[in-house]
Amino acid sequence: MQKVYLDYSATTPVKKEVLDEMIPYFTEKFGNPSSLYEIGADSKEAITKARGQVAGLIGAGEKEIIFTSCGSESDNWALIGTAEAKKDKGNHIITTAIEHHAVLHTCKYLEKHGFEVTYLGVDEDGRINLSELEAAITDKTILISIMFINNEMGAIQPIKEAAAIAKKHGIWFHTDAVQALGNVEIDVKELGVDMMSMSAHKIYGPKGIGAMYLRKGVVLPGFIHGGAQEFKKRAGTESVPNIVGFGKAAELAKENLSEHIARLSELRDYFIKEVTTKIPDVDVNGGMKYRHPGNVNLTFNFIEGESLLILLDMKGICISTGSACSSASLVPSHVLSALGVPVEKIHGSLRFSIGDFTTKEDLDYTVENLIEIVAKLRTISSVSSEKGW
Amino acid sequence: MAMYNDKVMDLFMNPQNVGEIENADGVGTYGSPVCGDMMKMSLKIENNVIVDAKFKTFGCGSAIASSSMATEMIIGKTIDEALNITNKDVLKELGGLPGPKIHCSVLSEQAIKAAIYDYAQKHGLEFEGLKDYDPNASEDDHLHEHDEEDGE
Repeated sequence: MQKVYLDYSATTPVKKEVLDEMIPYFTEKFGNPSSLYEIGADSKEAITKARGQVAGLIGAGEKEIIFTSCGSESDNWALIGTAEAKKDKGNHIITTAIEHHAVLHTCKYLEKHGFEVTYLGVDEDGRINLSELEAAITDKTILISIMFINNEMGAIQPIKEAAAIAKKHGIWFHTDAVQALGNVEIDVKELGVDMMSMSAHKIYGPKGIGAMYLRKGVVLPGFIHGGAQEFKKRAGTESVPNIVGFGKAAELAKENLSEHIARLSELRDYFIKEVTTKIPDVDVNGGMKYRHPGNVNLTFNFIEGESLLILLDMKGICISTGSACSSASLVPSHVLSALGVPVEKIHGSLRFSIGDFTTKEDLDYTVENLIEIVAKLRTISSVSSEKGW
Repeated sequence: MAMYNDKVMDLFMNPQNVGEIENADGVGTYGSPVCGDMMKMSLKIENNVIVDAKFKTFGCGSAIASSSMATEMIIGKTIDEALNITNKDVLKELGGLPGPKIHCSVLSEQAIKAAIYDYAQKHGLEFEGLKDYDPNASEDDHLHEHDEEDGE
């Protein structure tokens, strides 16, 4: 059966060039970077090289990159670390209603420990309003955390402008850039961010490795204690093969960035046009102007997303849904809710995320099957365009 | 898909009795698109026996499979027998559903009751099995626990 993977926002396959670089660090180059003999020093050198590669992708200084275990760890560290570092100044954090749960649930945790959090809403394009952000600032505000690109509907936030507002008020600014890394131009100096979370497995690197950009001068208390690794900022023996893989993936992402963006955007726009012209009653969720180049989020009205997902899976097509009925979660997508999408339409939403190995043929095969599956489920459905919801 | 057993998958892929009966004797709807599933059941009833049943369902795979199974279970049954069918019976016939999906079987039990209630109202009939039936009960009355999860 044909296999079509359209869930690159969930994770990406490791590119062969990346894997090739990683392999020796599992076996012959297995030394602990903290050891003083040669194979230890080799590992240490490999980490330094990878740090430079990741720094290079975002315009950071090498010492401003701290490797972590994943994007979620970076998010947790940024929020909890800032809360601890700045607790004498205040207890107020500003974020958005569309953050990843790594930020949202950490905010909930902090709320239980005396912090107050403002969750900014978004407009129909999925973007925050900058005057609302500025108006939310109080003299107790210690952190503004706004995700760079949303994972579900792909909205790109005005990070540079938001960071400038934070700076004007002397507040630290963090962005969760897990979906943005390698999908838009990022220059941390130009953006003016203080902290930025990243992950390797969204850019064709391995799972289990992330990083934090920590601007020089931002002193965060450590999150994992017990060693002097990562400039004494993150203890734990370094995951050398994963770090090497992250570095290579970052290098490739930098080399291919403009081509990657152009190619994905073209495929994305083609797919949206094909689906919306060939299938009636389909809504595009989120705006098109500021959007992740590979993100497509559609509502197939009058049917439910999980049944669509399963029937597409039977055809070898991998996508994800914002429906409450998906897997163990019975809660509809908080992101589409914030976007103002009615709940019944969230149940019928699907996210297709396009990546480097996606071809036009993959998309044609998906459209072909969608036409058939959507028609079939609409025949079964108790709601329809004639009868309405 | 590994989350459903073969029986459920088969019924979801090839649901039986999809549609609406013209001039049905009883029609009932349960659930709502906002809740994520809504089933409409229509019945043909002759001499107190359900001779035909058809359904239309907005919902996930297990809601569609449960709907299909429920129609198969009630065709040929008397009204009293059909009213005795519970979601557990539907579940048993399906060979089980994953934990968070059990409420989908409630959908079909309630849609059967709603359709028979409609028939009873039209004909001024009373049935023992409808004694405690509340046509205005909402799906929230048996709503599932809400777990949040995220895997990205």
